[in-house]
Amino acid sequence: MAINTRADIAPATADLAPSARWWAAVRDFARHRTLGAVGALVVLIMILVAIFAGPLAPYDPLAVDFGAMLTKPGGAHWLGTDAFGRDVLSRLIHGSRTALLVGFGAALLGATLGAVLGVGSAYFGGRVDLYLQRLMDVFLSFPLIILALALVAILGNSIPNVIMAITVPMIPRAALVIRSSALTIREMPYVDAARAAGFGHTRIILRHMLPNVVASYLIMLTAFLSQAILAESSLSFLGLGVQEPTAAWGLMLRGAAVDFAEAAPWMGLFPGLSISLAVFAFNLFGDSLRDALDPKLRTL
Amino acid sequence: MWKYLLKRFLLMFPTLIGVAIVTFVLIRVIPGDVVELRLAGERGAASEEVIQQERARFGLDQPIWKQFAVWIAGIPRLDFGTSMWTGSPIWDEIKLRFALSLQVAVMATIVAVVLAVPLGLLAALKQDTWVDYAVRIFSIAGLAVPSFWLGILFILAFLIIFKWLPPMVYTPFWVSPWQNMQQLIWPALAVGYRYSAVATRMTRSAMLDVLREDYVRTARAKGLVHRLILIRHALKNAMLPVLTVIALEFAFLIGGLVVTEQVFNLNGIGMLFVQAVAHRDYTLIQALVMLVASIFIVVNFFMDVMYAWLDPRIRYR
Repeated sequence: MAINTRADIAPATADLAPSARWWAAVRDFARHRTLGAVGALVVLIMILVAIFAGPLAPYDPLAVDFGAMLTKPGGAHWLGTDAFGRDVLSRLIHGSRTALLVGFGAALLGATLGAVLGVGSAYFGGRVDLYLQRLMDVFLSFPLIILALALVAILGNSIPNVIMAITVPMIPRAALVIRSSALTIREMPYVDAARAAGFGHTRIILRHMLPNVVASYLIMLTAFLSQAILAESSLSFLGLGVQEPTAAWGLMLRGAAVDFAEAAPWMGLFPGLSISLAVFAFNLFGDSLRDALDPKLRTL
Repeated sequence: MWKYLLKRFLLMFPTLIGVAIVTFVLIRVIPGDVVELRLAGERGAASEEVIQQERARFGLDQPIWKQFAVWIAGIPRLDFGTSMWTGSPIWDEIKLRFALSLQVAVMATIVAVVLAVPLGLLAALKQDTWVDYAVRIFSIAGLAVPSFWLGILFILAFLIIFKWLPPMVYTPFWVSPWQNMQQLIWPALAVGYRYSAVATRMTRSAMLDVLREDYVRTARAKGLVHRLILIRHALKNAMLPVLTVIALEFAFLIGGLVVTEQVFNLNGIGMLFVQAVAHRDYTLIQALVMLVASIFIVVNFFMDVMYAWLDPRIRYR
């Protein structure tokens, strides 16, 4: 019996230990990096709002109501209505979906593809590294928004295409940073040991290199999140990103915000506040995460 | 030193050629071409024959490598071809608008430096006090607020509070400096705030790093005056990374202006780029992308040269 109970307990604690450790890390982060925790909380709330946008929004974000055009904030429409009588608050709530979808999509894709390229480039070295670096140099010479604009023109402006257009300029930026941290790891004895043991390239890269660049990866990822949200709103503002009538924060600022500046200033105010708050929260969280994970990278 | 310089100089060219190839190929993948777009705008459906004729006029019927060769050959002579949309030489299209964007960029840089260096210094010296927190929040906010929205806020504020709008028609500086400044100071401020945020953060952390160096402690131990240590030992060494950030941001600024120019209705490089993309004006897009990328590459080159000059460890490596 005794052996049985021990066998019963062992997997339970093994299951618990990592999650308990994880919780401890989260609590530690919250206690020592209050600003970062506040940022994380805002991000979390935004994710919840995006998920439950349907039931949360008081109106249909696309419902045109010409009887309520340019209504002032208050009463029926808390944040007022736009030139088509659409409820600004509802459009903001639904806009968070667009922002987070593009933000997470582009940041995850960009950082991951960049990590694969960076680690591969550092691991193989030699010619591969040289050519890849030159290619990255070429792509790094284009400002993000210029490259994204050109790509959107080629791909068209659906949401997946906007994500792609923002992802491409991010790849070389992630590859550059992750390559430099992978270079130091390549020189570690355990990588030599793995090679001496006869493991294949794939296994060494996946099991020994990638887990050790996770810190830089997460740092890039959080930095990209806010950049992608900014890039999406810029593209949409120019009319080359997400298209009407989809609710997107940048799009809500387009044209109408300045045309109706005097009659309906709330149209220009709230979408911009949403963008700023989102980016602010992601930056706060990202900064603290960076300090917690790698103090040396403070000024990236 | 000279060997390093030469090597670094030559290294620019593979990148520039790469940029040229990527730009050229990228633009030609864009669906729909300028000829169809323009003729469709002029008189509904143009006949197939007319379209072919127009294509031939722009050399679009040539094989792609030949188009590329013709384009590359013209660049050293500043001959970027003619705009496929307006028909005038690209250089004429770009010249004036570039001057405008460059002026805004330079003004934004001045705004950024004037804000960033004192603020960053102050935050580093008063680390972990309320001054430091205030500066950090001010700069994190600067990174979060999109410059085009800041521009919109300016316009909202002028209209509602002062019932005034900055002039919407461009006046060159040499015609009327006052008119010119009235128009361009606002976009410069809107872009400069974000720019200064990046630089402030860099100044603060570079200062913090340097203040912990042994030579600063030595200087202090020698009994040097505090202010002298700060200026001669700390600030001088901390400025290198700050300069890098400022230069890199400047190189990308032309891109950052794309959106802000739209808000203030400034007819600069950014607006030209958006129009060129909308018109599928190959030659113009090519020239603009090439211009922006070249600025970045050249600024980078000068940064490296400056580094080598200031830091002997680099040039002897």
